[in-house]
Amino acid sequence: MQIAKHWRLTQQRYGLVGTTCTSCGNPHFPARERCLRCGEPVTEVTHFSGFGEVFSYTVVYHPPAGFEFNAPYVLALIQLDEGPLLTAQLTDVAPDEVHIGMNVEMVTRKLREEGPEGIIVYGYKFRPVELGDRVSFSDVSG
Amino acid sequence: MQHTQPSTGLMQTTQTVGIVGYGAYVPRYRIRGEAISQMWTAGNSRSPVEEKSVNGVDEDVVTMSIEAARNALKRARIDPRHIRAVWVGSESHPYAVKPTSTIVAEAIGAVPNTQAADWEFACKAGTEAMQAAVGFVGSGMARYALSIGMDTAQGRPRDALEYTAAAGGAAMLLGPGDESVAVINGSYSFVTDTPDFWRREHAVYPSHGDRFTGEPAYFRHVTGAANAIMAAMGMTAADYDWAVFHQPNVKFPRRVAAELGFTERQTRPGLLAGCIGNTYSGSCMIGLTGILDVARPGDRILMVSYGSGAGSDAFDLTVTDGIEYARARAPRTSQYIQRRTEIDYATYASYRGKIRA
Repeated sequence: MQIAKHWRLTQQRYGLVGTTCTSCGNPHFPARERCLRCGEPVTEVTHFSGFGEVFSYTVVYHPPAGFEFNAPYVLALIQLDEGPLLTAQLTDVAPDEVHIGMNVEMVTRKLREEGPEGIIVYGYKFRPVELGDRVSFSDVSG
Repeated sequence: MQHTQPSTGLMQTTQTVGIVGYGAYVPRYRIRGEAISQMWTAGNSRSPVEEKSVNGVDEDVVTMSIEAARNALKRARIDPRHIRAVWVGSESHPYAVKPTSTIVAEAIGAVPNTQAADWEFACKAGTEAMQAAVGFVGSGMARYALSIGMDTAQGRPRDALEYTAAAGGAAMLLGPGDESVAVINGSYSFVTDTPDFWRREHAVYPSHGDRFTGEPAYFRHVTGAANAIMAAMGMTAADYDWAVFHQPNVKFPRRVAAELGFTERQTRPGLLAGCIGNTYSGSCMIGLTGILDVARPGDRILMVSYGSGAGSDAFDLTVTDGIEYARARAPRTSQYIQRRTEIDYATYASYRGKIRA
């Protein structure tokens, strides 16, 4: 059981919470204590918009333990509108429908279950933008 | 506003309360009624709905509630830290012990200064949470309270319920009347001990009393609640612009609406079961979102839920000017319904855990 590990990542996984460098303005996801670009200490918490595009992707047919229920699934590098690159599953889309540059938005989904009696882990995935809606979930997250 | 009137059972608040934001959610997968009929009866039985919505493998009541709640917040444009209750009504909470509501509250940024709880009353758990939220705001205890009705309903393979047991629902954010898109004029609950449908602890699928779920259950409670609130409010069916009833299929709400004197035009935007199935705790609440998507300021709405076991909650609402601004801030219910990927019975059985690798 890795309850504490998952619990520590709740903000990051539910709200796409990262940081922005107060010296040079470089945004980071996940959060950093020092800026990856200028090395200065980072103090500003950032709620990313959840919008971005597919930078690259692959299809996983032989998943690691805990992810079997979902296979085959698309694992993608997502470039957020604000700049950071992150790795996430795509959802609500068939592998042959995915393309580089596809506009995607963040949704909260079930990532894995720690066995039939363990906790259920929730977090971000991305899906194609198709509801004609560009209001960011971070506009409504505290 | 008036105080509770014990003679009629009408419930009203001391401060004006309304829906300040609403949000729907329907997963994108659909199975046709014909596909289920083909599976079990070689196509010889007629499905009570055209098709029903099915949640994806990574979706459950938690994830669906989060999206509906975010839509309600987009429309309300309030700081979620001002929410004092996050209440989720469902009969398919992912955990037996551990609240759905705390996960939803965390994801929308309402923690830690909030009440959170899961509600259960078969298909009316959502409206029960909504009625409690009206009281919470109306008493002055909370400025905002979030109520959600959401389900990933279970239907035993080959059972009549398998044609309709669907996934989806809605979130209603209750708040001050002057910030509302629809004001709650009053509510009423009609409850008896009627064992028409149930699921025992550890049972995977619910059981039901077949035809007994009709006359003494659905029709008695929905009609009783509708007639009582209309009498108490001094209203008739013709005085309402829109009406929405719990929809376990298309036939029941159509019949009850006709018996109460409502026309097809009044119920059309809220009657969604034909294309998404029975979303249980979400059923009449998502119907209400369909109405709010088309309603005009000043429109009067009657909503009556039904939950087996059994009871109905009835609400009388008046739409405000705020609806015109709020509506476009989040996806409309019809957009979720039009966004669809059809799946076959085998895929459906796999998604719903009826078959496992």
